[in-house]
Amino acid sequence: MREITERLRPPRFLWVPFELGRPFGAPDEPEFQTEVLRATLALLEREEAPPILDDFPVEAPGGDPAEMTGWTCPVSFPPAESTDEPPLLANILAEITSLTPWHALAHETRGRTSVGSARMAIEDSARFLHALLEGHGTAENPVASLSPGQIFLGASEDMRTFYMEAATAKPGPATSHEVADWFWSDTAAGELLLALRPVCLESPEKSIRRAAARQLVPRAQIHRLVRS
Amino acid sequence: MARLSDLSPETAQHLLDKGCPPFETAPFVTGPPLHQRRVAIVTTAGLHRRDDDNFDLLDLSYRVIPGDVPADDLVMTQSSVNFDRTGFQQDINVVFPLDRLRELQARGEIGSIAAFHYAFNGAGQLASAYEATARQVARMLKEDGVNAALLVPV
Repeated sequence: MREITERLRPPRFLWVPFELGRPFGAPDEPEFQTEVLRATLALLEREEAPPILDDFPVEAPGGDPAEMTGWTCPVSFPPAESTDEPPLLANILAEITSLTPWHALAHETRGRTSVGSARMAIEDSARFLHALLEGHGTAENPVASLSPGQIFLGASEDMRTFYMEAATAKPGPATSHEVADWFWSDTAAGELLLALRPVCLESPEKSIRRAAARQLVPRAQIHRLVRS
Repeated sequence: MARLSDLSPETAQHLLDKGCPPFETAPFVTGPPLHQRRVAIVTTAGLHRRDDDNFDLLDLSYRVIPGDVPADDLVMTQSSVNFDRTGFQQDINVVFPLDRLRELQARGEIGSIAAFHYAFNGAGQLASAYEATARQVARMLKEDGVNAALLVPV
């Protein structure tokens, strides 16, 4: 925020008009990213009295992040087949199965995935989170190297990342808001994370309570809890 | 970065309410021209290699990111969920512009790229809380010959 930086008064600072999470503007826009980088580096050659607070004058390609592009997820989810799993978990596992080819495509195209915070397969993250729901905020920790709070956060982060990486695999305009709204309103995984918040706020494990309070549901999506 | 007016009223107020006292001093140095500079990235995006420890909430520690790190080895465990991750998921350079730095180096616009970059979990703490670890990182940057540090928030 420019307002906060003006308060802090660092020696040199470039303010950019991009949404939070995108300090270099937009993905897959190398020329634009380079211009932002050049403008930042150019501050180093300035010698007037600090603080030097410059504004980057150009909006990021892709326009207003809140502007709807009409994006729809390339995958439609068929109803889960009858299994022995609880219905919500069965729906999530069916979603994961539908999204897996798209996630593989995203991984191949981009040469990377940022799924991996929970250090277990995405299906196991889903099972762990569902076990937390059924266990009223407690579940056996499947990864000994992570604390209960870390495995809770890692699994929820991995779920969001897997779904969003898969959903954006198909080229075409999609704003961050559209992808986030899709995850939180149209998927069983989003339903599970929303359902976990009130349950985990009552967890006997402090790190899970703390994570549920501040790190599970984004502020922009919290209104869905009020409705549900 | 970002306009307050683009944020929800709740998020804007949350950010404005953060106690951010001004730095007591304003160290300001000049250096050689850019084409002679050695550049490092210090990110607060909570990035780290897969095998490194995840960041915790209110975590003051840092992670070391080698300059030759494969992009597929980096994950993000920043404790805030209130910023977009889809840009980073599609292109790491939107947060951590290592490829762009390599291109500038190849064109001779910067001198070299640091052997190591550094990542913090930049959420929930005052800047002053990071002083001890920031001093450690500054020492390591100096040992690496770095004379240009890009502090990149997220």
